[in-house]
Amino acid sequence: MAELTYRDAVTRAIAQEMSRDPDVIFFGEDVAKPGGVFKTTVGLYEQFGPRRVRDTPISEQAILGAAMGAAMTGLKPIAEIMFSDFFAVCFDYIANEFPKSRYMSNGQLKCPLVVRTANGAGSRFGAQHSQSVENWAMMIPGLKVVAPSTPRDVIGLMAAAVRDPDPVIFFEHKSLYATKGEVPDGEIVDTLGSAKIVRPGKDATILALALMVPRALDAATRLKREHDIDCEVIDVRSLVPLDTRAILGSVARTHRVFTVEENPRLCGWGAEIVSIIADEAFYDLDGPPVRITTPHIPLPAADTLEDLVLPTPDRIVETVRRSLSA
Amino acid sequence: MLAIWVMGCLAAREALRERSMAVANRKTRPAKSSVSAKSARRDVAAKPAAKPADKHAAMRAATPAATPAAKGSVAPVLAFSREQELAAYRQMLLIRRFEEKAGQMYGMGLIGGFCHLYIGQEAVVVGMQMAIKAGDQVITGYRDHGHMLAIGMDAKGVLAELTGRRGGYSKGKGGSMHMFSVEKGFFGGHGIVGAQVSLGTGIAFANRYRGNDNVCLAYFGDGAANQGQVYESFNMAELWKLPVVYVIENNRYAMGTAVTRASAQADFSKRGVSFNIPGAKVDGMDVRAVMAAGDKAVRWCREGNGPYILEMMTYRYRGHSMSDPAKYRSREEVEKVRTEHDPIEQVRARLLARKMASEDELRKIDGDIRKVVNEAAEFATDNKEPDPSELWTDVVR
Repeated sequence: MAELTYRDAVTRAIAQEMSRDPDVIFFGEDVAKPGGVFKTTVGLYEQFGPRRVRDTPISEQAILGAAMGAAMTGLKPIAEIMFSDFFAVCFDYIANEFPKSRYMSNGQLKCPLVVRTANGAGSRFGAQHSQSVENWAMMIPGLKVVAPSTPRDVIGLMAAAVRDPDPVIFFEHKSLYATKGEVPDGEIVDTLGSAKIVRPGKDATILALALMVPRALDAATRLKREHDIDCEVIDVRSLVPLDTRAILGSVARTHRVFTVEENPRLCGWGAEIVSIIADEAFYDLDGPPVRITTPHIPLPAADTLEDLVLPTPDRIVETVRRSLSA
Repeated sequence: MLAIWVMGCLAAREALRERSMAVANRKTRPAKSSVSAKSARRDVAAKPAAKPADKHAAMRAATPAATPAAKGSVAPVLAFSREQELAAYRQMLLIRRFEEKAGQMYGMGLIGGFCHLYIGQEAVVVGMQMAIKAGDQVITGYRDHGHMLAIGMDAKGVLAELTGRRGGYSKGKGGSMHMFSVEKGFFGGHGIVGAQVSLGTGIAFANRYRGNDNVCLAYFGDGAANQGQVYESFNMAELWKLPVVYVIENNRYAMGTAVTRASAQADFSKRGVSFNIPGAKVDGMDVRAVMAAGDKAVRWCREGNGPYILEMMTYRYRGHSMSDPAKYRSREEVEKVRTEHDPIEQVRARLLARKMASEDELRKIDGDIRKVVNEAAEFATDNKEPDPSELWTDVVR
């Protein structure tokens, strides 16, 4: 067991998979010699060499096109798109190419690749470098979508993603890179599609993802201490496949549900989950499901403004308290 | 008499831009319509391989080591042996008849959705196919029926995909634009204009990574050549020396917009200049010229020199898709290409003039091909529709 940053966990995860399988290759902008703009891939170039770890031109379409072309022949590329906002530059691959290949080819074409990307706000980068776009990926049939919140999950879910036969979009959160967590020694392999109850509770379920997980946990601690409200916090971890069993099971126990999303309000992932809960567990609910989200505005750059729009522990505490006392 | 076909089919207002190119081509382009003593001698020199391992082996073996022309120039047209001419004739005729049948079935309502016919462009895929070996890969856009037939995919499976039947290559879930045969090295069949260029570059990357000597042919049109990602991939391919031949099928129209109205640089063989990718302009109506250029380009890639661009000057006789009446060009323009430059007629004329085949032999080939196509049509009509349960298969594993 060792303490590792989320950032170093990314490196360890990729190294673990590249050591295991020579078909795993890794490329992206500034990822090899420079070690990544977020320093998430330092040392991989030295360890695995220029054949397997490559700096690419700043060409997102060519990066994802090359990744998929290679994957169609059986290689298992990990491609980095530096900021998830840049998905919009190469969205054809994410929306039209990766997810449709297996279906349109009668199962002949496989697309066993991983796109890793730095997602989310908190770094004051403004509207084009701070977005949370996991909902963009979630809406497309044929993709798998994960967003880990801890160093351990980074490794386990990355391993699962690399070993998965389908395209996996792997959202790392920029504001979590510096956070630390205990990570066991040796190989770590998790499973896609499993949520994790990170704090058990009986009064309400809070569903969170990535950076919102520590904020939800913080809020839950305060809700218990200050208001005697005992919240269950679930780290959703994987949007596709979605662990509906864990989510609906929790709702059946607590009878209230809150989602904490960094996505802008409209069509955030919580909307879909709330809709599933309404369909499947309506009579388990003692009150309306509540979504805590970023408002439907572009993200501002200034720290004071950015802090106002992202869900905070304060806002979660206040929203849960008010809803439960209504 | 030797004016290349482009000159013939271009209206006067477009001619000026092309003239310098055409003149340059004329200098290096030998006669192609008549039997000359020179070409006859070349025929004698071409020796077919004894026992071909596959149907194209004889043709490859028979190709004399082409004298590499300078970068950007027209590859020399080499004479074909009898076997080569006949094989090219058969393959091109199969595509022509298949596409005519597909057009007919579309008109009858048996085929829905899009249907982009390859009629007129047959020499491009057939010639290129003659230049590659087993293990090489092919990827193209949505005008893909010809590519699939040329690579040896079954006409039945292709046509049944067009009619949306369970016997289609994608069980009806792909349609005209999305078919694949990984077994044959055919990676689609792509509906998004230009994506096949980046994907083909990725396939070439995998070849290089694995250290094999396979080459990927990435076909795209003059329209796709104006997509941004093409140049991202050109850069990456040259930077990493990837074995990919970019085959630009310049059929003169990007959907309904003439090349000169859509392209600032309409000489697509030069589109790689700023990346140091060599390019050649090829008479894509002459299967011999295509094979010669393809041979050179493929060798360049196989030897580890990086990518190569071939601009195939070709022509599509039909509209962009079945729903396009092609009112953006004159009937005369189409007729002129059909009568003076038809890729199949060229081979047919040579076969007869050089007494490589009799009318009867050619009639028999025609009959055989009609039979193949009719059987495919029958299969595609009678084959069962897909089971609704297929909706849920192969989404993810």
